[in-house]
Amino acid sequence: MRALPLILYRSLRQHALSTLITAGSIALASGLLMAVWMVKVQSQETFVATTTGFDAVLGARGSKLQLVLNAIFDLEASPGNLAWSDYLYIKRHPAVKTAIPIAVGDNLRGYRIVGTTNELFTGVEYAPGRKFAVEAGGRLFDEGAREAVIGSFAARKLGLKLGDTFHPFHGLTFNATGPNDQHPDLFTVAGILKPTNTPVDRVVWIPLHALQTMTGHDPKYATEVSAVLIQLRARSAGIMLDILYNRQGNRLTFAYPVYAIIAELFGRIAWFDRVLTLVSYLVGLVAAGSVLASIYNSMSARQRDLAILRALGARRSTIFGAVVAEAAAIGVLGSAAGFGAYFALVGFAAGVIRDQTGVVLDVFAGHPVLWICPLAMVGLCALGGMVPAFKAYRTPVAETLSPLS
Amino acid sequence: MAKFAETYLLCAVLSVTNLIKSFVSPDGGRVEIVNVPEFRLAAGEQFALRGESGSGKTTFLHLLAGILAADGGRIEIAGTDMASLSEPRRDRLRAEKLGYIFQTFNLLQGYTALENVMLGLAFGTGADRTRAGELLARVGLAGRLRHFPRQLSTGQQQRVAVARALANRPRLVLADEPTGNLDRKRSREALELIREVCRESGAALLLVSHDEETLSQFDRVADFTGINRAGMA
Repeated sequence: MRALPLILYRSLRQHALSTLITAGSIALASGLLMAVWMVKVQSQETFVATTTGFDAVLGARGSKLQLVLNAIFDLEASPGNLAWSDYLYIKRHPAVKTAIPIAVGDNLRGYRIVGTTNELFTGVEYAPGRKFAVEAGGRLFDEGAREAVIGSFAARKLGLKLGDTFHPFHGLTFNATGPNDQHPDLFTVAGILKPTNTPVDRVVWIPLHALQTMTGHDPKYATEVSAVLIQLRARSAGIMLDILYNRQGNRLTFAYPVYAIIAELFGRIAWFDRVLTLVSYLVGLVAAGSVLASIYNSMSARQRDLAILRALGARRSTIFGAVVAEAAAIGVLGSAAGFGAYFALVGFAAGVIRDQTGVVLDVFAGHPVLWICPLAMVGLCALGGMVPAFKAYRTPVAETLSPLS
Repeated sequence: MAKFAETYLLCAVLSVTNLIKSFVSPDGGRVEIVNVPEFRLAAGEQFALRGESGSGKTTFLHLLAGILAADGGRIEIAGTDMASLSEPRRDRLRAEKLGYIFQTFNLLQGYTALENVMLGLAFGTGADRTRAGELLARVGLAGRLRHFPRQLSTGQQQRVAVARALANRPRLVLADEPTGNLDRKRSREALELIREVCRESGAALLLVSHDEETLSQFDRVADFTGINRAGMA
């Protein structure tokens, strides 16, 4: 048995409290750094991939991003409506494979009500090889009736089950503390969708016609839709339609490709990422500094022990190595515990993102940052340990051991 | 066989020639503490040096142990000139061939008795738990292996220090007032133990003390001032 493991173990035990506190700060720093990084990477990848199977969105003239957020992610307000004839035109366009109209404007206790056709559930793969399905006992709505199909998350949160009925509320937002205007129309839950981990899970789906003609809505809504979700036959068609609607026309907006528009959103908030990352780096540096300070402050108390070890034959390099190894060991302990902090933080963030958008992050996804960050923390701690190690290296043995006589 | 043993005993395990050490005094001048023209110790020999506090005897032992660098002179331990060695090799020599018993024992408080003794081996041949356990049993502490120094009496701590000094099978054991912190009875017991285990292991013993009763137990005793010419210019 060599001396280093014994010295390391005893030193950590002897300074157990400061070891735990310092390792705790490393754990928080490491967990925070990995969590910020992974939430950034995961949300970017997941949001860009969450096109719900559509290549493009056609809507009223306005921001492409707003159009995509409203039509695909069921966030933001609708930029306006387009005429039924515009929907029919794009649906019949030879370059378009599928065109599904949606209409928005109402909610059920905060969960968006979207009018659409059953083709959304029968003709579209929301992810490669995956189609929407209804939970056992349910079915899709009758397009001519006041029926609803509820997304899995919305059904759970609203406590709705098959056969339940509800009256929609006016508007996209729900005032939890004040009065809300309720439509007299009574809808019955015909089916509950199986979870898809997409924004679809957060929506109360009703027939398009039922939303257009709901009591209290302006009659002109009956001939309008909020947006059209589009699948194209070929990529080149998207460029052609982009020119047709966005450059040659001035009434409508053709948002294509959906993933690029979402990527643009992340580009716009990149500064926020950078700030978060910078804060994480600073937290990491402060944590490494705390290792330095914690060991350095205990050096005076340790000097006698170090001198005894030197008197027993320990080389200066062994003493130096022991202190650096102790700092690195604190880094290892902290980084290991950092995974606990990481899963807690990412789990929390993923829960919030899922609640707000329906998009589900993969908490257990792998990424190089999950080994680079712990290694970097251990390296930083070892680097921080070099300062007290140098002090230990210079310990004067004879003077420290006993008064000269 | 008897001739071989005689040759072995006569072979010097420690040889000091013109050893000089001085320190800078508060007024900036240099004060010579050690000036030993010649000193030898044969293998297995037990020798005591008498010296009052401040006489430079601890400095002398530190120089012999290589934990203090001399200003000049030559120290040979088992035929190896310390001055010719680099610091890491001096450390190695100390770890392999020297044992040191301090007045204040200098046990590591955060380590058990067993671990303290293991550290006496760790920087030479490597920490050997079995040998450390055997040594502690030899000094009567078989039941105290996992005790920390604070859990041991002063006499028991002294015995741990003895076991540690002998752990690496040293050729030379240096003992600096090893009984200074013990009462008369325990002092006598400790000294007997040190001399006995040194004899058993064939290690030479150089002990410094100012206590006449301790010194009286040695056949060979000299005044440190007799070998140290510092301040006699």
